[in-house]
Amino acid sequence: MTTLINPEAPVGAPLGKSSRPRDALFAGISRGSGIVVLIVMGAIGVFLLWKALPALSANTASFLTTSPWFPDDAQPKFGIAALAFGTLLSSVIAMVIAVPVGIGVALYTAHYAPRRFAPTLGYIVDLLAAVPSIIFGLWGLQILMPNSIGLWRWLDDHFGFIPLFSNEQNIYTRSIALAAVVLAIMILPTVSAISREVFAQVPPGHIEAALALGATRWETMRTAVFPFARPGMVSAAMLGLGRALGETIAVALILSATFKINWQVTEPGGNTFAANIALKWNEAGTIGLGALIASGLVLYVITFAVNMAARLVVERRRDFSGAN
Amino acid sequence: MAKRIDVSHLNVYYSNFLAVEDVTLAVEPKAVTAFIGPSGCGKSTVLRTLNRMHEVTPGARIEGKIMLDHEDIYGADIDPVNVRSTIGMVFQKPNPFPTMSIYGNVVAGIKLKKRTKRSELDDVVEASLRGANLWEEVKDRLDRPGSVLSGGQQQRLCIARAIAIQPQVLLMDEPCSALDPISTLAIEELIHELKQRYTIVIVTHNMQQAARVSDTTAFFNIAGTGKPGKLIEMNTTANIFSSPTEKATEDYISGRFG
Ligand SMILES: Nc1ncnc2c1ncn2[C@@H]1O[C@H](COP(=O)(O)OP(=O)(O)OP(=O)(O)O)[C@@H](O)[C@H]1O
Ligand SMILES: [Mg+2]
Repeated sequence: MTTLINPEAPVGAPLGKSSRPRDALFAGISRGSGIVVLIVMGAIGVFLLWKALPALSANTASFLTTSPWFPDDAQPKFGIAALAFGTLLSSVIAMVIAVPVGIGVALYTAHYAPRRFAPTLGYIVDLLAAVPSIIFGLWGLQILMPNSIGLWRWLDDHFGFIPLFSNEQNIYTRSIALAAVVLAIMILPTVSAISREVFAQVPPGHIEAALALGATRWETMRTAVFPFARPGMVSAAMLGLGRALGETIAVALILSATFKINWQVTEPGGNTFAANIALKWNEAGTIGLGALIASGLVLYVITFAVNMAARLVVERRRDFSGAN
Repeated sequence: MAKRIDVSHLNVYYSNFLAVEDVTLAVEPKAVTAFIGPSGCGKSTVLRTLNRMHEVTPGARIEGKIMLDHEDIYGADIDPVNVRSTIGMVFQKPNPFPTMSIYGNVVAGIKLKKRTKRSELDDVVEASLRGANLWEEVKDRLDRPGSVLSGGQQQRLCIARAIAIQPQVLLMDEPCSALDPISTLAIEELIHELKQRYTIVIVTHNMQQAARVSDTTAFFNIAGTGKPGKLIEMNTTANIFSSPTEKATEDYISGRFG
């Protein structure tokens, strides 16, 4: 038992003055850590900007709207349009696949699976998170790619009228779609593990309340479980998105890098910030390095913005969070 | 509106553990029946079998028969979901949905069953909150979360939520044990009004409360740890408290026990 009353507090100490050294120490440490984190984040931003500035000022094209990447030409010409496009599109597709599946798996393990079986299932999903990304990349390249051609062709044949699925080259390998599926599998354990935790934290009282109103199992999920778990599910999705946005090696292995904006996601090509940095770093000249760093800065800002947006979504209905 | 419940030869098991043995009792409509007895004697267990809430607990099962008027609630073709919307429940710890407004909490049960027009919902909300003696206190802040209310108000909100779906029977498991005396009094008065329209079963540890609110009292007891709980005696509340036939009942209500 820890006692709530500080035994060191002098008897009859003046009420107005705080004389709790350990409280003060703890407050100081936490405030200090917060400040350190902020400084480090700021310093990274400033560092990236500092290194990127020479390349940005040498650039003869618009950095934000150009797609081609020729930073080491006599007339440096580079922009992040295609990189941003490829990064966001592959991550969004990965989310569209991983979030429903991850939440479904989490819901099943937390509330539907037979009790003897649930922990094992959860454990297996968690193990997926421990697989290094290079393995996912190799698996995608060696196994998923040859075996998924039929699927992409089928999508092209039957849903080709949707620009996303049409494929004019009739080559179905090394595509954004393939990279997105691999990303989805990589972020699945993150989404699933966090969602499972929040589902398991729903107080039994809320679940019983819903059941006692005559809710079916699914209605109980909708009335008591999902609303309570919503902030946690948003965080889970955002953490997954963060990982997908920054994933380097698996994507670099799979994509055949091109600097074009192409909505036909099953065709070869596309590129992402992280993959591009990894692929181009060794061959880059001075301006080339600066250009890559500038693209890294954009990725940094995007990731930051995504997290802020997620925070806002979670905060908006704080009163109703059940935290009190 | 109100129906009677007949329990006959009820055994309740948690996996292999026999928690309650051979309970036979009748719950009269439009009256308050109180379950009293020492801790662990199976009051909550029996109460939860009355609307099949015990089925939420893995391994829990019953033997015996429970009739709601002329219908066997454990009949082969009976859906426990329908049983629970017919027999409502209020829990020991107030449990309004924290993510819903006061309004949303009251209509939560109705929204499950059918699409209802906003104006109709408004009427139900007012009627239910008035029914739970809460309307005057919350009518200006129906859109606030249920969790801003005091414990006693939250419990009345839960009662409003339970009566909004117009159940036949209301089961209450120690509804006042988390509340202060004033809130307790408010709920007791409410129970008094509710019995005009509903069949009520209440579990309580508070002998005075049983004496104040109930018409009939059932006394449960347990011979020792690991032994099943049993119904010792059931009679009008006046009789139980003035002239119990069993020695154990007398010991318990006079405080010489548990
Ligand atoms: N979920 C459960 N799993 C296993 N055993 C249980 C469970 N719930 C209750 N029991 C057992 O069943 C018996 C009756 O418990 P119950 O909760 O019905 O008692 P009670 O009369 O409501 O007690 P109290 O007055 O303390 O609430 C006890 O021996 C208890 O340990
Ligand atoms: Mg109990």
